[in-house]
Amino acid sequence: MSHTPNTYRSGPDEHGRFGLFGGRFVAETLMPLILELEQAYEAARQDPEFAAEMALFQRDYVGRPSPLYLAERLTEHLGGAKIYFKRDELNHTGAHKINNVLGQLLVAKRMGKKRIIAETGAGQHGVATATMCARLGMDCVVYMGETDIVRQKPNVFRMRLLGAEVRGVSSGTATLKDAMNEALRDWVSNVDDTFYCIGTAAGPHPYPMMVRDFQSIIGEETKVQVLEREGRLPDMLVACIGGGSNAIGLFHPFLDEEGVRMIGVEAAGHGIETGEHAASLAGGRPGVLHGNRTYLLQDADGQILNAHSISAGLDYPGIGPEHSWLRDIGRVEYESVTDREALDAFQLCARLEGILPALEPAHAVAQVVKTAPTLPRDAILVMNMCGRGDKDVFTVAEALGVDL
Amino acid sequence: MAETIDRSAVPGGTARIDRRFAALKAEGRAGLITFVTAGDPDLETGARVLAALAEAGADVIELGVPFTDPMADGPAIQRAGLRALAAGVTMIRVLDMVRAFRATNTDTPIILMGYYNPIYAYGAERFAADAIAAGVDGLIVVDLPAEEEEELVRFTDPAGLALVRLVAPTTSVERLPSVVGRASGFLYYVSITGITGTASADISRVAPSVARIRAASELPVAIGFGIKTPEQAAAFAAIGDAVVVGSAIVQEVEQAVADGAPETAPDRVRDLVSRLAGGVQSAAARA
Repeated sequence: MSHTPNTYRSGPDEHGRFGLFGGRFVAETLMPLILELEQAYEAARQDPEFAAEMALFQRDYVGRPSPLYLAERLTEHLGGAKIYFKRDELNHTGAHKINNVLGQLLVAKRMGKKRIIAETGAGQHGVATATMCARLGMDCVVYMGETDIVRQKPNVFRMRLLGAEVRGVSSGTATLKDAMNEALRDWVSNVDDTFYCIGTAAGPHPYPMMVRDFQSIIGEETKVQVLEREGRLPDMLVACIGGGSNAIGLFHPFLDEEGVRMIGVEAAGHGIETGEHAASLAGGRPGVLHGNRTYLLQDADGQILNAHSISAGLDYPGIGPEHSWLRDIGRVEYESVTDREALDAFQLCARLEGILPALEPAHAVAQVVKTAPTLPRDAILVMNMCGRGDKDVFTVAEALGVDL
Repeated sequence: MAETIDRSAVPGGTARIDRRFAALKAEGRAGLITFVTAGDPDLETGARVLAALAEAGADVIELGVPFTDPMADGPAIQRAGLRALAAGVTMIRVLDMVRAFRATNTDTPIILMGYYNPIYAYGAERFAADAIAAGVDGLIVVDLPAEEEEELVRFTDPAGLALVRLVAPTTSVERLPSVVGRASGFLYYVSITGITGTASADISRVAPSVARIRAASELPVAIGFGIKTPEQAAAFAAIGDAVVVGSAIVQEVEQAVADGAPETAPDRVRDLVSRLAGGVQSAAARA
């Protein structure tokens, strides 16, 4: 892949690489499964029946297309660019995660797999997986760090109501990365009947590509909606980044539109300078973990460092490999926002727009608060409201010192 | 005997592994490969554990490089890695430990086993040079399948380091040639689909797989994962060129720590490895 490609949308290459990043760094036991999945996905995406089944579920079950909403009061308050929210928090299960789970589980069904495993941080991917498993009649096991089980109790209960088994992970830091380790161990141990439904655009090829493709519906709809509404493309796109699936979903269809600036927002936790953050791009360097090469929080010896964010969904020491590539070639800008800034933005959005964002997109809102006033009033900014904040009210109350 | 040999005339790396397997073949028996995590529970005791392995009859030593996120290993090895990291083990210290071991033992091959990121962070080219200079003979990199091996092989091959390949029950006959194609030293057959230290391997399933591997490669075949007791070691020694025992040994170290007597770890390990070696050698006597 050359440094200045004709298209930013052609990746990954045949080795699953986005430039230096991506790849298939997995144990040999898993390699044949990865290759099998690659073939199955390739076949599915060329099959009109698969596309038709997806489209029907998206419309009638997920509730797509999600609206593009003009946030008038926030726009007025900030006094700069016209701010639109892509309302993916209105999807069934309350976040963008269902877009990806729907796609992966329909692939799993084609492959004849009956048992689904997943990892989850905030619980949104776990809830989406449990939901689609219930709908498709599949067994579901969700791995979740013990720390996250405590801070995301409502989602744990929802998964159990949906018939999933939630397995607490106490190894390591007991958060998302450890849940992913446990899911990989389960997969290695149950290769015959199990499909691993990865929650973000990371992991071994073909996952980063496949998850991106399923999430790209966010950007594709946005393109149509904004053209309809404004008669032109937006000037700027903003989305939060943990692994980065909602961001790549919004960005990807626009990557070749040179006039569209894009900002991915990482979690700066207590501040990049404190070392307690989850900003892999701002504070990490390239390494290999969980099947791919990407920017990672790590020490000089290649040991993975703990991530920190008030948002369980952003609390991951890595990032999807396509983002690492987009950063290095300079196509997408990446910024970071602290816990405090996200909390302030959470409250601002609630009061001005009557929308409780999840703590993840609250980071994106905080970036909008910083950036929108610097843009002219005729500029158009679209932010992905990738999840709703019901699950986060306990965390927010605690952070604000409120006893519920 | 080893001390009387001129080191410069005795190249390590792949050659040392080849010599060891040739010697085993001449003796008409399978080898015992033992695994411990480097510097578990601490650097000093870990060095004594390493020495104990060779003294008790390990024919090849796999030395685990600790990693925070060992995705293909079970809880026992993960805990060992975390103990070692807490004790300050780094890649440089692992190499120091091998260098110290080589001062008294030039015969027993040492294979470093671990994950790719610590090697990548060190710099693959510099790592290959420093590892062979320290007396390391080969590498097993769990998360570096054949599809990704080029970026490491281009440094390990010229350095003379063996790259030992893992072959799994899921590895198809069609895939086998690409998996074993650039391997050296020996092949490591992962005898279960699972993580280390959990299920027991089933010999009736392993035997035909080992036969398929032998048809695809001239390299010796070691069998590992899920082998815990001298009896199991003996059974698998009858079909492989070597058997690998890891978690069971690591658990001896862990038990010493749990008993509040980490200094007893080398003796506990020596005792278990002696019995395992006895098991492997008895298989040869029967065969």
